[in-house]
Amino acid sequence: MPLEAREVSFRYGRGEWVLRRASLSVCAGEVVGLRGESGSGKTTFARVIAGYLRPQEGEVYLDGAPLPRHCYNPVQLMHQHPEKAVNPRWRMRDTLAEAWDVDDATLDALGVDASWLGRWPNELSGGELQRICLARALSPRTRYLIADEITTMLDAVTQAQIWKAILVRVRESGLGVLAVSHDRSLLERVADRVVDVEEIAAAR
Amino acid sequence: MDGEKESLMERVVMVEEDVMLPGMNAASEEAARSEEDLFPDVRETLLEVKDLAISFVQYSKGLRQRTVSPIVDLNLIVDVGEVVAVVGESGSGKSLLAHSILGILPSNARVTGEINYDGRALTPERVKELRGREITFVPQSVQFLNPLMRVGAQIPAKGKDKRERKKKVRSVFERYRLPAGTEKKFPYQLSGGMARRVLVASATVGGARLIVADEPTPGLDEAAIREALGHLRELADEGRAVMLISHDLEQALGISDRVAVFYAGTTLEEARADDFNGDGCDLRHPYTRALWKALPSNGFLAIPGNQPTPDNLPPGCLFSPRCQMATEECFSVKPHKRDLRGGWVRCHHAA
Repeated sequence: MPLEAREVSFRYGRGEWVLRRASLSVCAGEVVGLRGESGSGKTTFARVIAGYLRPQEGEVYLDGAPLPRHCYNPVQLMHQHPEKAVNPRWRMRDTLAEAWDVDDATLDALGVDASWLGRWPNELSGGELQRICLARALSPRTRYLIADEITTMLDAVTQAQIWKAILVRVRESGLGVLAVSHDRSLLERVADRVVDVEEIAAAR
Repeated sequence: MDGEKESLMERVVMVEEDVMLPGMNAASEEAARSEEDLFPDVRETLLEVKDLAISFVQYSKGLRQRTVSPIVDLNLIVDVGEVVAVVGESGSGKSLLAHSILGILPSNARVTGEINYDGRALTPERVKELRGREITFVPQSVQFLNPLMRVGAQIPAKGKDKRERKKKVRSVFERYRLPAGTEKKFPYQLSGGMARRVLVASATVGGARLIVADEPTPGLDEAAIREALGHLRELADEGRAVMLISHDLEQALGISDRVAVFYAGTTLEEARADDFNGDGCDLRHPYTRALWKALPSNGFLAIPGNQPTPDNLPPGCLFSPRCQMATEECFSVKPHKRDLRGGWVRCHHAA
């Protein structure tokens, strides 16, 4: 059953509409690429479909019912800057434990070295931190991953590593992914289909 | 891929023409070009980094000290008229190199090796004098602008009186297509692209000869990226030297002459930009080839493993734990830097 944004509209305060009646669905085991220029509303859409922002109009549905709130969110959002997505005063072990009891198989699959777990965020590189964030997001209860420019700040080798790991989860456990990026060649590599943010929204 | 790279270069060139501005007329450019023809092989080295190593003494627990060495063996040469790209993943020492050139390392840093500028050692006293004048910095983030000062006042232009200073600021703003009145604005009133142009203007207003640009494009859209990179290329073509730090190999290749590849605090290879082609057989180091082949447009191949951390460096070649070609020698003996096919490499087996 898919994750669906149905005619969602969003604006910050009383500002202009950033999204106007935007609709998109992602199925289990599918990778959808979302492309667009900077300022076109990609990140806002990612936050809406992940349940971080509540649209003023429209609704996000999971399996035909509104996205559940006040429980573990099966739609997990990942950000461009991992250093801003972890508590700087927690060791990596605690950051992971907050989400779930991460098993060794997941850590291995993502290339997370056991020695990183005792470290603080400022002792790890961006690529290492992003892999920690991915491990945190990939709990067995996660069914959809919203990846908002998650490898934009990383080198090519690390980018390929991270996406390979995600694609294995897509194939093996039917994870659905919305890959948000400005990089066409990346989306062509990882996505089953690519849509432009202008196409999904009725107007801006 | 080749086609795509070419078209990227074409686009950059197009942008350059687009921003061909007063003061940069065709005649002076032609003069510069004919001069180049007269001395085709003269390399005028402006910046030379030789076997640079940086370590920090840190307190780990209580009074227990430990030494970490984030930079082990860096070598880099930037010539006049060149853009040299420094590529590598985060933690490879790119920004630390910039900081050491600019003389802004923290006080607990221990530095060995040499940094020479214009043929002489770049001592702390000398860098203090040159920084902001001959050696300038284009930072990663527009947050480097003072949020409480009008941008015109943040341009380090010198003049004998206010009017002359104003004129200088206006002319450099015009060069970067910043409309009249920009001087009076505060940073928050500028778009991301405009703020970037202010930063470039700020780095070029004096007689800057060496420009260090640290990841100057994140958060920009394609057009703004092309413009920002085009500006750097243009500055090099005017006879300045540009060091471009980037994690984005594809972008860097679009404007650079040479590429230095950093890994865990060591320069593994220096290649010419056009060595990056086809299946990478012109490249010298296996890691450089892995970077090239990992690009989404080139195969998207991932290699397993991670860059080693400064407190846990392998004894031999730094890349040996991940290298498919590694032999006994690679695991135990550090490869020395050696010249190879118009570049150089630190690898026992490169041929």
